[in-house]
Amino acid sequence: MSSVSGSPAFKALEGDDEVIIGLEVHCQLDTRTKLFCGCSTDYRDDGPNTHVCPICLGLPGSLPAVNRKAVEFALKVAKALNCRVLEESEFSRKNYFYPDLNKGFQISQYDKPLAVEGWLRIEGDNGEKTVRITRVHMEEDPGRLVHKGGADRPKYTLVDYNRAGIPLIEMVTEPDIRSPKEARRFLNKLRATLEYLGVFDSEKEGSLRVDANISIQPRGWFEAHGKGMEGRGRTEIKNISSYKGVEKALTFEITRQKNLIRRGQRLETATRHFVETRGVTTASRSKEMEQDYRYFPEPDLVPLRVSDWCERIVLPELPDARHNRFMEEYGCSYNHARTLTGDLRVAEFYEKVAAVDPRIAATWVADTLLGELNYRDMNIAKVSPSHFIELLQMLREDVITDKSAVEVLRVILDQLAEGCQCEAPSTCVARLNLAKTADDGLDAVIEEVTEEHPQAVEDFHNGRKEALNFLVGQVMRKTRGRVDPGDVNRRLHEILSHGGT
Amino acid sequence: MGIFAFSAPDPCNAFITRIPEAEYGDGKLAGVSIAVKDNISTKGIPTTCGSKILEGYIPPYDAHVVELLRAEGAAIVGKTNMDEFGMGTTTENSAYGPTLNPADRERVPGGSSGGSAAAVASGMVAMALGTDTGGSIRCPAAFCGIVGMKPTYGRVSRYGLVAYANSLEQIGPMAANVPDISLLLQVLTCHDPRDSTSITAPYTHTPDPDIHGLKIGVPEEYFGKGVDPRVASIVWEGISLLERLGAEIITCRMPSMDYALAAYYVTCMSEASSNLARFDGVRYGPPADPKKQWHESFQERRRDGFGKEVRRRVMLGTFALSSGYYGKYYAKAQSARRNVAADFSRLFSEVDVLAGPTMPTIAFRLGEKSDPLSMYLSDILTVPANLAGVPAISVPCGKVDGMPVGLQIMGRWCADERVIDVAYAFEEGVSA
Repeated sequence: MSSVSGSPAFKALEGDDEVIIGLEVHCQLDTRTKLFCGCSTDYRDDGPNTHVCPICLGLPGSLPAVNRKAVEFALKVAKALNCRVLEESEFSRKNYFYPDLNKGFQISQYDKPLAVEGWLRIEGDNGEKTVRITRVHMEEDPGRLVHKGGADRPKYTLVDYNRAGIPLIEMVTEPDIRSPKEARRFLNKLRATLEYLGVFDSEKEGSLRVDANISIQPRGWFEAHGKGMEGRGRTEIKNISSYKGVEKALTFEITRQKNLIRRGQRLETATRHFVETRGVTTASRSKEMEQDYRYFPEPDLVPLRVSDWCERIVLPELPDARHNRFMEEYGCSYNHARTLTGDLRVAEFYEKVAAVDPRIAATWVADTLLGELNYRDMNIAKVSPSHFIELLQMLREDVITDKSAVEVLRVILDQLAEGCQCEAPSTCVARLNLAKTADDGLDAVIEEVTEEHPQAVEDFHNGRKEALNFLVGQVMRKTRGRVDPGDVNRRLHEILSHGGT
Repeated sequence: MGIFAFSAPDPCNAFITRIPEAEYGDGKLAGVSIAVKDNISTKGIPTTCGSKILEGYIPPYDAHVVELLRAEGAAIVGKTNMDEFGMGTTTENSAYGPTLNPADRERVPGGSSGGSAAAVASGMVAMALGTDTGGSIRCPAAFCGIVGMKPTYGRVSRYGLVAYANSLEQIGPMAANVPDISLLLQVLTCHDPRDSTSITAPYTHTPDPDIHGLKIGVPEEYFGKGVDPRVASIVWEGISLLERLGAEIITCRMPSMDYALAAYYVTCMSEASSNLARFDGVRYGPPADPKKQWHESFQERRRDGFGKEVRRRVMLGTFALSSGYYGKYYAKAQSARRNVAADFSRLFSEVDVLAGPTMPTIAFRLGEKSDPLSMYLSDILTVPANLAGVPAISVPCGKVDGMPVGLQIMGRWCADERVIDVAYAFEEGVSA
C-alpha cells in the first residue's frame, strides 16, 4: 500500500501526479462471414448494401444465429489474454436509437461476457509490466453512415449495412496503464497477439477502435483507494480509430486536465470525442452521456457454454514465446528479437531469410529494412524474401559493402513504392557497378591518392593519425563506396608503413 | 399442382391481404387452403402485423413455416388480421379495422390471431397459422369455436415470425378439428438452425383417443375469481366427459398464478419495446422528413405509425428495462416466471395433463374492453403455458349464450402428442 495520506484534503503538488489509463479496445474478428448470418465480411470492392440479408438488415422476423468461427476466434483471444472463460455467458441487447442501427439495438454481451480476469505483459515505462484485462466480449458492428454534401452540414445521409453484423471483440483493461506511450505499447502487443492468433487483420478498414479512460491522480492515490480522488473525475475519450490517435488523444487530454488542475478546477467524469484531424478532444453533448441502454438478455439466442471447448483449443506460438525462441534459436539480441516479433509479418519474413546468416539477417531486417520501410510507409509484405536473401548472401560473401547493400535496398524499395516490378539485387548491383573493387584495383587507387596528397602522407609519417582518415575518405570517394572502409584503412596502413608488399 | 381460386366473401374482415389465385403443389397439404397470420413473413406478399408502420413492406423472404407449408403443397390464400404486432385479446387493435366473430358479428373473435380464427370458423379456409404469445391462438379459437394449439416453445421455428415477445411466442396450428391440427403440426415441426431456440423434436404422431388411466389435473385457480360461472360449469362438464372416457381427475393448486399475469406483461412489454425499436422510419413506412433532425423524425414516425396500445406497451416496456427499474420489474418477472415453470413441473410429476377453461368468459362485445387492464386480466388462464413454454390446446366445449367456450388442455414440455390425444378423445367423445 502507498504511504500517501487518505485524507481528501490532500493536495498533490505539481509533478507528484500520475496518469491513470484504462482502455476499451474493439477489434474486428477476421471471420469469412458475419457474426449472426452467412453474409461475407469481405465487402471492400463492392457497392453499398451488397453484403446484406434479412438477418443483418434486421428485417422483421429474421433471427440471429451465432457464427461458430467467431466464437472460436474470441475464445482464442480470451485464452491468449490469460482470461477465465465463463461457464455460461450470454448475449444481451444494447438498446439505443441511431440511424445506422438496423434493429434499434445492438447484440452485445453485458453482465455475462465470454471471459474475464486476464492479463497481458507489456514493455512498460519502467521495465516489463502486467496490464490486467477485465473482460473480453463479442458484439456486432452496426452499419455505416455516409454523409453527402460535406461532413459538417450534410445535405442528406445514406446508410450502408455492409458492415452491419461484422463480428467485433471488445477487450477492456483495468486502469493499469500509466502513460500514453504505455497505451501505445499495450495496443501494439495486443495487435501482435491477435495477428499471431490469425483472428485479426489490422489492414482492414475499421478493424480497430479504442475508447480510452484517463484521469490524473496524486501519485499512489489510485492504488491506495481503488478509485480516483474526488474532483479528479476521469474522461472517457470515445472512438479513436488509430494507434497513433490513441497516443495523441491521451497526450492532449493529459495537458488539458493538468491545466484545469493547476487552475484549481474540479474535474467531473465526462465523455469527450477525439478529433483526429486536429489532434484534440472535444466535449460531447451531455445527452449522449446519460444514455440508458436498457440491457437485457437476447431472447433469440441461447446461452453459450464454451469453457470446455476453450480448454481444447491449442494456441499457436505467441509473441513472447517467439521472442524467446528467436533469442535461443537464432541468437538474436533481446532488442532485435523484440522488434522482429512485434509484428507477425516481420517475424515471418525474418524466419524466411534467417537461414543465410541469422545475425546478419537480424540486423538487416530489424535495423535497416524496417527503417527504410517506415520511411516509405510501406508494408513488409511487399518485399520479396528471396530478393532479400540474395542481398544478404552478397553481403555475407563480401561481394558488396554494407553501404552498397543499403543503396540496393533503397533502389528496390523505391521501385516497389512506385508500384513497379523491382530488379533482382544482383541485377541492380551489376547495373550500378556496385560490386566490390578487387584488391589490386584498390592498390592502384591508393597509389593515385597518395600521389595526389603528399602532404597527408607526410603528416601520417609524422604521427598524425587523422591524416590516415583523410586518405581513406579520398579513396572511398574515388571508388564511390564499392570498397569496404575497413579494407581501405588496413591496406593504406600497410602500404604507408611498409611500402606495401 | 394447381391454382386455388380464393373468392369466398369476407364479411368478418378476417383478411388484410387476399390472394385470389393461390398456387399450390404436391404433398401432405396439397391444395389445402391455408391462411397465415399477418405477422409471419411471406415472400412477395405484404406483411403488416396489423400496423400502419409496416404499410407497403413486402418481405423478400419466407418464414420457415411458410417454406414448410409450400413444400407440402398448401395453397396460401392470404394474410389474416390481428391486433397490431399481436398486442391485444380482441383483434380490435388493428390498423385495418376489427375482425368480427362469425358466431356473432357484434362480438370480437378474440385475439390476437382473430383473423385466422374467424377465417377457419366461417369456413373460408381449411386451416390457418396463428401465433401465441400469451394466448393469442387459444383465445380466438375458444371465442370462435375452433381448435387452436400453442406447441411447446422451440418445436416450431420462429424464423420469419415478426417478434412481439420472443421468449414467449410460438407459431401454431388453427383448424376446425383435432386431426387437422395434428396434420398441420406434422408439417410445422422441423428443426431450423436459423432459430437458436429451435429444438429437434419433429411431431410425427397420429391422434389416439384412448385416455384410459390418464391423470388429469384441474388447478383450482382455473375456476376462481373472475371466471364466468357459466363458463366454469360447462368446462367442468367437459372435464367430467374426460373422466367418463377413462381419465382420472385430480384437483390441484397452482399458487404461482398470482404472479403469472404480471410476470407475463412485464416480460412481453420489455421484449416488445426492444423488438419494435427497428421501426424508426429509416427502412419501413413513410420516409423520414429530411428537414428534421434524425431523432425528431424517429419520434414522429413512431408516434404516428404505431397504434395506441402498441405505444402504451412500448413505453411500459421501456420503463421496465430502465436502469434502476430493471431489477424491480424485468428481473423480478423472470424469477416469477421460473416459479410458474416450477409449479408446472411439480404438477406434471403427479398428473399427465392439466385442464381448465381457455378463457374466463365468452367473447366480449365489440368495444367492451375499452379499459386495458380488464383486457389484460382476461389472459390469466392462457399466459401460464407461455411462461413455462409448455404445449396447450383449446378445443370447443359447448356454448354459453350461443357463444363458443373452449376447454384448455396443457401438457408437459414437449408432450404435444399427449395434449393432442386428450383433445382428440374429447372431440370424439362430444360427437359420440
